[in-house]
Amino acid sequence: MTAIPMADGLVLGGILFALGLAGLLLRRNLLLILVSIEIMLNGAGVAFVAAGSRWGQADGQVMFLFILAAAAAEVSVGLALLLTHYHRRQTLDADSVNEMRG
Amino acid sequence: MMNLMEIAFFAAGAVAVIATVLAITRLVAVHALLYLIVSLLAVAVVFYTMGAPLVAALEVIIYAGAIVVLFVFVVMMMNLGVQDREIERKWLAGRAWIGPVILSALLLVEVIYLIVRVPVSATVSSVLTPKQIGLALYGPYLLGVELASMLLLGALVGACHLGRTRSEARQ
Repeated sequence: MTAIPMADGLVLGGILFALGLAGLLLRRNLLLILVSIEIMLNGAGVAFVAAGSRWGQADGQVMFLFILAAAAAEVSVGLALLLTHYHRRQTLDADSVNEMRG
Repeated sequence: MMNLMEIAFFAAGAVAVIATVLAITRLVAVHALLYLIVSLLAVAVVFYTMGAPLVAALEVIIYAGAIVVLFVFVVMMMNLGVQDREIERKWLAGRAWIGPVILSALLLVEVIYLIVRVPVSATVSSVLTPKQIGLALYGPYLLGVELASMLLLGALVGACHLGRTRSEARQ
């Protein structure tokens, strides 16, 4: 039987979340910012599944499914916005978004 | 004595962390996406070793299969070239990465300290079948499923609207 310490699963989730946060702050490319947000959501999902499996309850995995739905929704709208912006400005620089008009 | 599942957990976790580090530091967007796929597949192995086979399958199908493919299609539509790589190199050069890395590392050290401070010998040792997940999903979490469906519908309408305005503006 498997006996993975729950703390290791939580630490892995924390590492992935911190890496996503570092990427989010580090990159100026809008596409890579979206990728970093995906990494952060994935790290949160790892923590949820680890905690859910520790108690033998399905709730952690159900929460992961909700995170999955939120990530899919976020990425579809985010990429549509990114394409619209790219076709107007021909750049992926995050700083160029501050010139938007309504 | 570590058994096979523990070895698989730590190996897949190491692969996930390394691939994620590479993904957030690549200059070319497609390379970053390929490393992201490796990271997601490694996390799927982690889920499997933690007794969550359904979530492992969904990680491969939806994250690595659908979401990253969406990213790849967007990259294909944008015609990024060598000059974009040079711009990325300029953005990532110098000391721009010191602040984010130090702040994230501080937060990570805090989180790890809080996790390992409590000496609990809890292990992840239960395997949950898809039937249990489904019963929880359509029992106590039914409202959450409805809300998720509405969220996805909203995202669908929003993405359609943004794509439509772009194609009409081009004409």
